[in-house]
Amino acid sequence: MTNAQIEIQVIAALVAVACALPGTFLVLRKMAMISDAISHAILPGIVLGFFITQDLNSPLLILLAALTGVVTVMLVEFIQKTGLVKEDTAIGLVFPALFSIGVIMIAKNANDVHLDIDAVLLGELAFAPFDRLLISGTDMGPKSLWVIGTILLISVVLLFLFFKELKLSTFDKGLATTLGFSPVILHYGLMTVSSVAIVGAFDAVGAVLVVALIIAPAATAYLLTDDLKRMLLLSCLFGVISAIAGYWMANILNASIAGSMTTVLGILFLSAYLFSPKQGVLSGFFRERQQRVEVSLLIFLLHLQNHTEEAERHVNHLREHINWQKVRAKTVLELAAKNNLIHTAKDIVSLTDKGQEFTDEALKYITTNKATAIEELKERFFLFRG
Amino acid sequence: MQLTDFFTDYTLRTITLGTAILGAICGMLGTFAVLRKQSLLGDAISHAALPGIALAFLITGIKDANVILIGALISGLVGTFWIKGIVKRTRLKSDTALGLILSLFFGFGMLLLTFIQKMPNANQAGLDKYLFGQAATLVEEDVWIMAVVTGVSLLVLLLFWKELKLLLFDADYTKTLGFNTRFLDILITTFIVLAIVLGLQTVGVVLMSAMLLAPAAAARQWTNSLGVMVILASIFGAFSGVFGTAISAGQNNLSTGPVIVLVAAAFVIVSFVFSPGRGLLFREIRFRRNRRELHLKKTLTFMYNIAKNHENVSHPHAIRILNNFQGFTRKTLTKLEEKQFIQIQGSAWAMTEKGYIEAESIFNQIGKDND
Repeated sequence: MTNAQIEIQVIAALVAVACALPGTFLVLRKMAMISDAISHAILPGIVLGFFITQDLNSPLLILLAALTGVVTVMLVEFIQKTGLVKEDTAIGLVFPALFSIGVIMIAKNANDVHLDIDAVLLGELAFAPFDRLLISGTDMGPKSLWVIGTILLISVVLLFLFFKELKLSTFDKGLATTLGFSPVILHYGLMTVSSVAIVGAFDAVGAVLVVALIIAPAATAYLLTDDLKRMLLLSCLFGVISAIAGYWMANILNASIAGSMTTVLGILFLSAYLFSPKQGVLSGFFRERQQRVEVSLLIFLLHLQNHTEEAERHVNHLREHINWQKVRAKTVLELAAKNNLIHTAKDIVSLTDKGQEFTDEALKYITTNKATAIEELKERFFLFRG
Repeated sequence: MQLTDFFTDYTLRTITLGTAILGAICGMLGTFAVLRKQSLLGDAISHAALPGIALAFLITGIKDANVILIGALISGLVGTFWIKGIVKRTRLKSDTALGLILSLFFGFGMLLLTFIQKMPNANQAGLDKYLFGQAATLVEEDVWIMAVVTGVSLLVLLLFWKELKLLLFDADYTKTLGFNTRFLDILITTFIVLAIVLGLQTVGVVLMSAMLLAPAAAARQWTNSLGVMVILASIFGAFSGVFGTAISAGQNNLSTGPVIVLVAAAFVIVSFVFSPGRGLLFREIRFRRNRRELHLKKTLTFMYNIAKNHENVSHPHAIRILNNFQGFTRKTLTKLEEKQFIQIQGSAWAMTEKGYIEAESIFNQIGKDND
C-alpha cells in the first residue's frame, strides 16, 4: 500500500464515521430524508463559497454551506407550518429547487476545473491526497484529512456532552421538554452537526452518496440492536468497513470509490435485512411459521379438552373436525406428543396431566386476557418449539 | 431565437412537444403521489432507476433509448417494492427506507456508470445525460412513446377514476366495499414509476422528483376537487416543460432539468402566495380584516358599557376615557363614525341610537357565548 492509498482510506473512514454519528439520531427521529434535502440544498452554498474562497477545503466555505443546510431545514419547516402541503412534499419541493440553482451556477461558470457536475455527484476522494496542508513549508498531510478530522472531533465531543439529552429527546420528546431540555435547541443543534458533517463529506463522496453514508450504517445497525450506544458503535463500524472494502473494490473494478462504498453499504444492509436474528426477513418468516403451528396446537388441545367422548378424539376424526391438511395435522400431533402434552392409544388421542394443566392455564389466559404471559407459559411447558 | 421557431424548427418543435407532454403526465400522476403522501417516493424511484440504466447497457451493449427505458423501469419497480418490503417487514420507518433505497441504488448505479466509462468500448458516451437530463437528445420517436404512455395512463385513470379517488381519500372504506386495494395500489404506483422513467432522459435522475411534485403541489392550492387538480397540474407541468426548454435552449451550457425544475418551482411559489383560497397573501389579508373587525366590536362594547350607565345613551364622553382601553385606534373611531354607530364632536364621542342597539346585540351575544 502506498502512502496515498492509506490516506484515502483514512479519509474515507473518517467521513463515514462523521456521517454515521448524526445519521443514527436522524434515523431514530424519523428524519432520515432531511439528510437528502440538506445534501442537495447545500450546493448553492458550496458554489457561492467556492467563488469567494476558490478553495473547497476552506473553513468559510464549510460554514457557508452548513448555514445553507440549516436554512434549508428552516425553509422546509416554514412550508410545513403554512399547512399548504403535507410535510414530505415540503422537503421534495425545497431541495430540487436549491440544487437546480447550484447546478446552474456551476454550469454558467463551467471554465472552473475544480468544481464540475461530476464532482458534485461523486466527490473526488481519489484526488484528496494531492491537496496538502503546508504549514511554513512542512507537509502536514492532506487538507481534507484535517477538515474531516476536525468535524469528527467536534461532533464526538458534542455527542459525549449531550448524549443524555439527545437520547431522551429522541425517545421521549414530551418528557425531555417537561424536564426543561429545549427541543428546539437540540433539534437545530443536531441539524447543524448533520449539515457540517454532510458538507465535510460532500467533498469526498458527493451529494447523493452522503445520504447513503448517513442512513445506511444507522439503518443496518438498527436492525441488529436495541441499544443506542451499541447502535452508534455498530454504525461507525459499518461506516469504516464500507470505507476500506469500498476502496479496494473500486481499485479492482477501476470505478468510483464513493459508488463502491455505497455498494458495500448496500450489501451490509441487505445481509442485515435478510439475516438479522430479530428483525430480519428470514427470522420473521420462521417466527411466523412457529407461531402458526403453536396456535394450531393450542386449538387442538382445547378441542381435546372439550370432548371427553372417544369418537371425537379419534385421529382421523380430528383431521376432519378441525379441518387441517394431513401434513399440518401431523406436525401438530407430533409437536404435542414430543412435549408430553398428549398420549395416543389405539388412535384415540387424550391429554396427559401436563397437557391438561397447560390447557387450563392457556384457557384462563385467553378468557381473561389480562396476563401477557402466553410466551412465558410456552417457555414453561414446551420442551420443543414449533 | 424567434417565437415562431417553436413551430417551424424541427428539433425545437420535437423537444418542446416532448417536454410539454412529459410535464402533463408528471402533473397528472404527481397529483396522486402528492395526495397519497408519497411525495418522496418519486425521488427514491428516480434515483433507483440509475442501476437499471447502466445494467441495461452492460447486458445488451447497445445504447438504445427503449432498452434503457425498460431497464430503468425494472430497477425502479424493484426499488419501489423493496421500500414497501422494508417498511412492512422491519421496524425501519418509511423515511429511512426511502433514503436507503435512493442512495444505495444510486451509489450502485454510479459504480456501474464509472465502471462502464472506463471500459474500452467507446460506445458508452452519453449515459451520464441521464443524471441531469438533456432535452436536446429527444427525437420524434421518444415523443411518440411519451404520447402513447400519456394516453394509456389517461385512459386507465378515467377507467378507474372512481376507485382511485376512493382509495386516495378513504382506503379502509375502499377495502370494505370490496375493491382490490392491492391491485389499485400497484396500478397507480406502476404508472408513477413509468412517468418518472419517461422523464429521466429529459430532466434527469436527480431532479425528476420535483417534476412530479411541483405541478401537483401548485395545483393543490387552487382547488379542492380532484378532477380540477389533475387538469391544473397537467397544465402547470406542461407549461413548466415548455418554458424551461425555451429558456435553456436560448442559453449555452444549461441542462434542461434544472431550468424546468426552477420554472416549476416558480409556479409553486406563485400558487403558495397568490392562490385566493389558501394562499399566504390572502390568508394574511383575511387575518388582518378579522382582527380589525374584532377591534371594532371590542371598542363598541366598551363604549356600550360606559353609555348604558347614562339615561341618555347619546350623552357625550371624552375620547380620553378610552385611553386605558387597548383596542381603540383613531382608525377604529373613524370607522365607527362612518357606520354611524357613534358621533364625534371635537374631543368627545357620543353613541347613536343605532350604535347602542348594535352594541347591545353584540354584548348579549358575548354573554350567551360565555354561558
